[in-house]
Amino acid sequence: MTHVLPISFSLNGQAIAIDVPAHTLLIDLIRDRLGLKGTKRSCDMEVCGACTVLLDGEPISSCTTLAVDVDQREVTTIEGVTPPEGLSRIQKAFVLHGGLQCGFCTPGFIMAVTALLKATPHPTDEEIRHYLHGNLCRCTGYTKIFEAVRSLAAEQVSEDAA
Amino acid sequence: MLPSPFAFERPSTIAGAVRAVGKSGDGMFYSGGTELLLALKMRVIHTDRLIDIKGIKGLDRIALNDANDIELGARCTHNKIANDPAIRAHVPALSSLCANVANIRVRSVGTIGGNLCFGEPHADPLTMLAALDARLVLIGPSGTRVVHADDFIRSELETVREPDELLTVIAFSRPTGPATYRRFKHGERPSVNVAMAWSLGASGRTIRSARVRVGALGSRPQPLKAIEDVLQGLSVAEVRPAIEAVLPTALGELEVNEDRHGGAEYKRHLAGVLLLRNADEAIAAAGSA
Repeated sequence: MTHVLPISFSLNGQAIAIDVPAHTLLIDLIRDRLGLKGTKRSCDMEVCGACTVLLDGEPISSCTTLAVDVDQREVTTIEGVTPPEGLSRIQKAFVLHGGLQCGFCTPGFIMAVTALLKATPHPTDEEIRHYLHGNLCRCTGYTKIFEAVRSLAAEQVSEDAA
Repeated sequence: MLPSPFAFERPSTIAGAVRAVGKSGDGMFYSGGTELLLALKMRVIHTDRLIDIKGIKGLDRIALNDANDIELGARCTHNKIANDPAIRAHVPALSSLCANVANIRVRSVGTIGGNLCFGEPHADPLTMLAALDARLVLIGPSGTRVVHADDFIRSELETVREPDELLTVIAFSRPTGPATYRRFKHGERPSVNVAMAWSLGASGRTIRSARVRVGALGSRPQPLKAIEDVLQGLSVAEVRPAIEAVLPTALGELEVNEDRHGGAEYKRHLAGVLLLRNADEAIAAAGSA
């Protein structure tokens, strides 16, 4: 039996109203029905972080979230944090520091770092490692990603000091 | 992977949720879904109806009540407990435990109640809650009952909770001495974990009683009776040699499953190391109190 429910939510600031079967996963709604392919499916078991999106600003695994649970809430995907032209400061830092190779995990990392810097604008090294330990990357060895995030924390500190 | 289709209900009261689960078929309570949705996606369990309890007010409350009990609503997320000022002040080890469950995404939505009800042996919270002698409040169609954390697990991935009983609150007395937790893990779940809670005498230098639980080795956290016995009435200054003297006997009494987390001797060894680290932390905490 398929139970279809109407949901309304904000996707990257755009109002969406759509009917979804109760067992629909958020990642499938985002990628297959709404056509935003930036969010990646990888482990499919909430371990790797490739499918990370923000729900009311908090990072969640869209592979293991029901679409009905975003009703009346705000979802932000990688498309929502990417400027129409060019790259965001977080994305630029990843490029500058070589924080990606194949790029498959990158949208998830960018979303996690977005949430981290919003909650903790000047994270310590330990806070960066603790927050990001649930995002997996098979290319970089993490050092370059860590350096990218650390540069952002430092940059903010120097801006504050100025 | 996609779960099989199910219906979805959003009751607004505990009674409504209990009725909704119980009325027919194999409905299940649902909140964060961090364990349940994984199992549904792998199709190792089946449900025809999810009863979403997120609309029930009050289930995510954290409070220190008049009886000096700390009450955790079952629907509190790991993040909420980790960042709660009362938990940080009174049980910092529980705050730290919750700040390190799985990963940030799981902590955002996963709940303490869901973690307990899933009955996964390789989990963090139950070991600590058993050391704190927590009581779990279950509300079902025939009323309310209270189960001690020690008695909650029936077997691996199975608890004494009936399908139409909702875990609503986890309560434990505010600790009157150091409460500590240590774990060792290879992946996201603990391979072995140890929790210890001391009740100190008025002077703060003597242990009135101690509870020690070792988790993830069998289906449920196990008490280390020999350690608890030796600590009772002991001066804090004498703890380390006293534990070391009975440690081999105490560890020998543990039931240990051999699994991908390691062999029995290895895990017993880890339990001993973790216990001594708990003890060192508790000694330091008692000394600074």
